[in-house]
Amino acid sequence: MYKYDTYDQKMVDTRVEEFRDQVERRIAGKLTEDQFKPLRLMNGLYLQLHAYMLRVAIPYGTLNGTQMRTLAHIARKYDRDYAHFTTRQNIQYNWIKLEETPDLLAELASVEMHAIQTSGNCIRNISSDQYAGAAADEVTDPRPYAELLRQWSSFHPEFSFLPRKFKFAVIASDEDRAAMRLHDIGIQIVKDGWDKVGARFYAGGGMGRTPMIAPLIREFVPIGELVSYAEAILRVYNRYGRRDNKYKARIKILVHEMGAEKFIEEVEAEFVHLQGQNIDAPAAELERIIAHFEDPAYEVGLTEDIDRSDPDFAVWLDQNVSAHKQPGYAIATISLKPIGGIPGDASSAQMDLMADLTEQYSFDECRVTHSQNIVLPYVRKADLYALWQKLDEAGLASPNLDLISDIIACPGLDYCSLANARSIPLAQKIAKRFADIDRQKELGELKLKISGCINACGHHHAGHIGILGVDRKGTENYQLLLGGSGAEDVSLAKITGPGFTEDGIVDAIETVTDIYVASREDGERFVDTYRRLGMDPFKEALYG
Amino acid sequence: MKILTGNELKSGDVVWWTGYNWSRHVSDSIEVGDNVDQIIAREIAARTVNDCYIIDAERTDTGLLPVHIKEKIRATGPTVRSDLKIAPPDPAAGNWVI
Amino acid sequence: MDNILRFRDDEAREEPAVTLDSFFDQSNATAVRLEDGDDARQLIPYLNRLAMIEIGFSAFGDGRGYSAARILREHGYTGELRAQGDVLVDQLAYMRRCGFDSFAPERPIDTADAETALSRWEHVYQEAADDRKPIWSKRHG
Repeated sequence: MYKYDTYDQKMVDTRVEEFRDQVERRIAGKLTEDQFKPLRLMNGLYLQLHAYMLRVAIPYGTLNGTQMRTLAHIARKYDRDYAHFTTRQNIQYNWIKLEETPDLLAELASVEMHAIQTSGNCIRNISSDQYAGAAADEVTDPRPYAELLRQWSSFHPEFSFLPRKFKFAVIASDEDRAAMRLHDIGIQIVKDGWDKVGARFYAGGGMGRTPMIAPLIREFVPIGELVSYAEAILRVYNRYGRRDNKYKARIKILVHEMGAEKFIEEVEAEFVHLQGQNIDAPAAELERIIAHFEDPAYEVGLTEDIDRSDPDFAVWLDQNVSAHKQPGYAIATISLKPIGGIPGDASSAQMDLMADLTEQYSFDECRVTHSQNIVLPYVRKADLYALWQKLDEAGLASPNLDLISDIIACPGLDYCSLANARSIPLAQKIAKRFADIDRQKELGELKLKISGCINACGHHHAGHIGILGVDRKGTENYQLLLGGSGAEDVSLAKITGPGFTEDGIVDAIETVTDIYVASREDGERFVDTYRRLGMDPFKEALYG
Repeated sequence: MKILTGNELKSGDVVWWTGYNWSRHVSDSIEVGDNVDQIIAREIAARTVNDCYIIDAERTDTGLLPVHIKEKIRATGPTVRSDLKIAPPDPAAGNWVI
Repeated sequence: MDNILRFRDDEAREEPAVTLDSFFDQSNATAVRLEDGDDARQLIPYLNRLAMIEIGFSAFGDGRGYSAARILREHGYTGELRAQGDVLVDQLAYMRRCGFDSFAPERPIDTADAETALSRWEHVYQEAADDRKPIWSKRHG
């Protein structure tokens, strides 16, 4: 993975000192809250429901053991012994004190971490495929390109006061494991007919109040112009994005209102102009970054055999372990979705254990997924059983990857001042209702996503089953949506009808899954059956 | 009744106006009167809190609590972590008569 | 007037900046003001005769002026480029990078604070409208 050089280190260190100065000025009264708020947001510090919440960046979801251990230490020293992994591959702490934040950031900087631009109207964390570098289907590892963009977007002088936040996702396979089409800019790294690497650009996707799938902007941008093309899109957005209405200020609204064709014209014109401005780094810089992402020192001649005699291990093996491009190796997913637990949360003890396991079993590298789980991308098949045993002891071995209890849930009203309803208790109830692993396996791949408000941080628009929490005359109410997907078969979920109480929606989910089981054809997932049958039979069963 | 709440500037802690200072316990809240705007302006200027606002509250069996569920959760902690609940200093505090 | 921070060697011009609309009517104006939503590219044919372009920031969160400034510099404008309005010390470094070389903030900025803000960042990651070499350039000579 990428390692900072002295320049990168100096940048994060300088940012810590800058923020320390800004905090002092705020406490001393030289900055009002209105003046300070965008500055603290650009350092990931929100004022949230219970306290300040800090969102620490995990660039393209990649961490080493030292970094994971530091995140555990931060949870113990500055927070309440736990943290939350997010749908953008970041981590959040809920009980941070403003006056301690500069010291916290200094500790993060010492392990090449930061909270830069994880909030605010600027370019946010660039997400990527959690199987990058290990998946057989990728054209190349997408992360060096994400790193190039990360550096370009950090402290960008022109794009720090955008109309709204801006999110990139970068993948390098046709299978989309990062919900790329639902980002402000989605990039697929591809190769042309001459095997030259380039970027396919999509722009104008997003969820939130008005979900949209990003249209194709340019089929192929030569990789040497990746940054200047991104710059062209950002400049068009900065100049023309709406600033009159916070809920209409994302680039998806601009693309939609301008029309994709006109938007593309503007971008291409700006791109032509920018090509003369020396924006792009030379090939040597990309090569320098790529060199950090070479394959680990894989052993060869390893066994492919795995002893399945422990039945619990076998269940986990079948569900949570994915194929690796390298013989003898596997990709293991650590579930942060134990039945009845809080989706995406990990205690500091669990994070310490994951740090150890990362170092011991995965060439010192792990990934945070946008489904709020952790991936160990480079595990020897021979080590899987020992790994599983340690995970199982720590409550990290739920064998539910992509099953119904592998719920994506935003923190909801328990933690978030934007929320209208709680999402975590609902996730717990659903998981308990469907706890039986055989039942879960019978239902198969079922991506269930819960958002506590219309901002859709739980990605409910992209759920095979999506749930939106609303405020109905002062009480929590839940809308059911069906048929969304954030993968390459991207689609936006549709609402079934009137909302339900918390218990009502758990029953409703049982109703729709029963229909699926009764009606499915060979090989169909829940979402496939829904797409074949349409909404009517589900609506009928729910509302009579 | 109307009470005043905010977040302590330096710590971020949720706090409640007691009439003369800020408490971490909603049960210490007093009903605010016509001078609340002055209090808000003064406290923000003094940087005890970074912002504060008025909410509705009511006396319940378990003491003084905000009416709205969001503010209730803000007063008592995340409902899914009983170990992080904010306990009142005295369970009978809501029944005190001054 | 004492609010003005200026980073040019030449003399400050006295001529008031006219609005963009007025500018097109006046053949002899050498100072023009752009509001947040004005299109800086409209000035491209006139850059040679302009000595001062002032860009207004009605709210510090409105970042359109940063693009306007950079566009003007990219098209070869060498005159004074001034940021006026809701300009805070925490924005000066980014504004300098976008090509602004003078500032007329509504609320005065302490010159020592400005100096601190402008000298804080030893390195920069990206190419912009100033002449600072991006880190990638330093890495590869």
